[in-house]
Amino acid sequence: MTITLYPARKIVTMNPARPHATHVAVRDGVILGAGTKAELSGWGEMRVDARFADKVLMPGLIEGHCHLMEGALWAKTYTGFFDRTDPEGVTHPGCRDIDAVIDRLRAGLARAPGAPLPGWGLDPIYFGNTRVTRADLDRVSGTVPVGVMHASGHIMNLNTPALEAAGLLREGINHPGVPLGDDGLPTGELKGPDVMTPAGAHVGFDRDMLACDAPGMRAFGKLCVRAGVTTATDLAARLNEEAVQTMLRVTAEPDYPARVVCHRFHHGVTPEELIAQVEDLRDRSTDMCRMGRIKVIMDGSIQGFSARLRAPGYFNGAPNGLWYITPEHLRTILTEAFARDLQVHTHTNGDEATQLLIETMTDILSERPAADHRLTVQHCQLADRAQLARLAGLGACVNLFANHHFYWGDEHYRLTVGPERAERMNAARTALDLGLTVGIHSDAPITPLAPLFTAWAAETRLTASGRVQGAHERITRAEALWAITMGAAHTLRIEQEVGSIEAGKRADFAVLDDDPETADDLRDVGIWGTVQGGRPFEAAAL
Amino acid sequence: MTAPLPLTILGGYLGAGKTRLVNRLLRDAGGRRIAVLVNDFGDLAVDADLIEAEGDDLIALAGGCVCCSYGDDLTTAIATLRALPAPPDVLLLEASGVAMPGAIGAAAGLMPGVTLAGIAVLADATRLPALLADRYLADTIERQVQAADLLLVTKSDLTDPAPTEAALARAAPGVPVAPVDAATPALVLARHAARPRPETRHAARHLTRLLPADAPTDPDALARDLAADPRVTRAKGCLIDLSGHPRLLQLVGTDYEITAAPPGAALGVVTISVPI
Repeated sequence: MTITLYPARKIVTMNPARPHATHVAVRDGVILGAGTKAELSGWGEMRVDARFADKVLMPGLIEGHCHLMEGALWAKTYTGFFDRTDPEGVTHPGCRDIDAVIDRLRAGLARAPGAPLPGWGLDPIYFGNTRVTRADLDRVSGTVPVGVMHASGHIMNLNTPALEAAGLLREGINHPGVPLGDDGLPTGELKGPDVMTPAGAHVGFDRDMLACDAPGMRAFGKLCVRAGVTTATDLAARLNEEAVQTMLRVTAEPDYPARVVCHRFHHGVTPEELIAQVEDLRDRSTDMCRMGRIKVIMDGSIQGFSARLRAPGYFNGAPNGLWYITPEHLRTILTEAFARDLQVHTHTNGDEATQLLIETMTDILSERPAADHRLTVQHCQLADRAQLARLAGLGACVNLFANHHFYWGDEHYRLTVGPERAERMNAARTALDLGLTVGIHSDAPITPLAPLFTAWAAETRLTASGRVQGAHERITRAEALWAITMGAAHTLRIEQEVGSIEAGKRADFAVLDDDPETADDLRDVGIWGTVQGGRPFEAAAL
Repeated sequence: MTAPLPLTILGGYLGAGKTRLVNRLLRDAGGRRIAVLVNDFGDLAVDADLIEAEGDDLIALAGGCVCCSYGDDLTTAIATLRALPAPPDVLLLEASGVAMPGAIGAAAGLMPGVTLAGIAVLADATRLPALLADRYLADTIERQVQAADLLLVTKSDLTDPAPTEAALARAAPGVPVAPVDAATPALVLARHAARPRPETRHAARHLTRLLPADAPTDPDALARDLAADPRVTRAKGCLIDLSGHPRLLQLVGTDYEITAAPPGAALGVVTISVPI
């Protein structure tokens, strides 16, 4: 078996025993060791591959909470406020006002004239929080249905033809998610999945919003390479047999560049069926496609006002959010999963949902301890110190939504939870101090797949308007880099295989142009690409 | 364009008895082709002897009824049902335990080919007072029962239903309450507007009850019983008298009158009473 020796400008290993190295030796996709050339020469004859001689290597980055649908979304027109790079490496400039959104959609329409036009990423918060109306989108077309999903995923705007196609352009509509104009007709804004999903079908959105087909998966793989990611999650999948086959097939393609860790969400099956299916999927997992994990969705989102909050509730007085699971079903799933060593991740946004989780886990684990269950509380945005301490005691991990500080931090401060709780949201400092394993995430496509950006967000807690929101919850650069490698690996229970550059682990590297430990701003660190399982993937050559 | 299909939503918390009621309604369908909509087949155990044939997302049931799983896509499921060779007469949607029946009703109002008939919410007499006091679930249960136009109390054979009725009167004042035994297909699947109901909302803490009137009844005897009950303050509704004629009963305090019922009136008497 050929041994390849990669010299590099610097290797940041994330192995505390040997934090830095100059060379890494790889055989058959596995790391033989990281150290000096002299140290590694004992392994025998080596082929020296000097392509990374002026690069900095890090362990391949791990995105602990994202969705493969980000890949599929790029077939639709991006209209977001921030610059965003597509799978082919084209950076789409942010649409800074509504006119730019209209122009972008017109260009999209010109590529496929006459076909219903779906757009995504719209964020009118940044347009002075003005409402987008059907009159605005009618400027794109007065005859072709046009629909644009907001960045938050909680609102969709339609033009007049799209409203007509969806049967919504009529008087007498009485639905809280369909605001009406002075003329008694819908303004074109639709809020919430129960109105967006059926209407979205008329403008080219799949009814299963989280679904991803094979081309979408391949596009997602390219996004991973560009972001330095070698392992990514598909954190809420239905995983029917067809989807499982697609996942297994595409990830087995010889040049597929990312290991995918999939979680089966709890909807649509009874707890008993869920457990049985996930046990079966665990047995069918491969190195590149890890299944056999459960995602439980407990509540909604904070910016959608559907997360479950404890007192004093929402800052703007909105009623409390929604439960998406009964406490009884939660208890059954956790009890059965712990007993079978099936790992559970929970979507738990609001602090009341966190509290229910803590109390349920306490009951179950007091009765029957589960060694190393590592239940991971995803988002966990509003947990306070006391809750995080209890989670630490229960053996849980947290994966915090650090990107929220930047994208919606100002809105949380002003509107959703108010200044005090906004400043302690996503309490990474506190969680680390309490001994919790901390991951940080993008929830792509909600925010872009870019762990270095996410690390920057946790390190600085800067909002889009430039305020530091909750300076006391900032973490250090080193802690942030740990979170996007070993921290994430630990939350997925794959830290013995990936997450650091050391002997015996997978040869997964992020190949960087700059040194992430010393760069002024992590967002500016250039990414050459990745090595995944010993296979180099250059972003520029995709 | 065919007439829109009436949709009744059956709500209530986990274990309230929704599945049991659905099975009974299917058994007593009496020629109505009922389409039962469930989020997923995992949510509903249709009695095995009712099943005639099973497909991926459609189960054919005895008497021309069907059971359909809609997943996240109610619109498509309803379009599929409407396109069947023998489309259903009515839709009965079983909401999951923490679902908001009012929100489902509002969404149904946006769907082409559907008209919301009503929302019946089941209340488990053994659990409802505790659920309404539960720190995590109270507001969810309140929102569920407040969305109802008919509340059906289940499991009264296991415990005294009075605390549940009183709790419902506080949480959802003015919504008629009936025992689940009274929940015939005619009552549950009737359009809300055609159901007997109180004419005005009454003060909180008054009990609003729906007395079924399926069998011929002596209206004078019933009225006398109601007048003699010191808790009953008002009653109004239609029933069939012993000679088979529809009669309208109206009672305020101890005064009552019985007259010919208006044509087409739904059967059943709504009473308003002070709690025990």
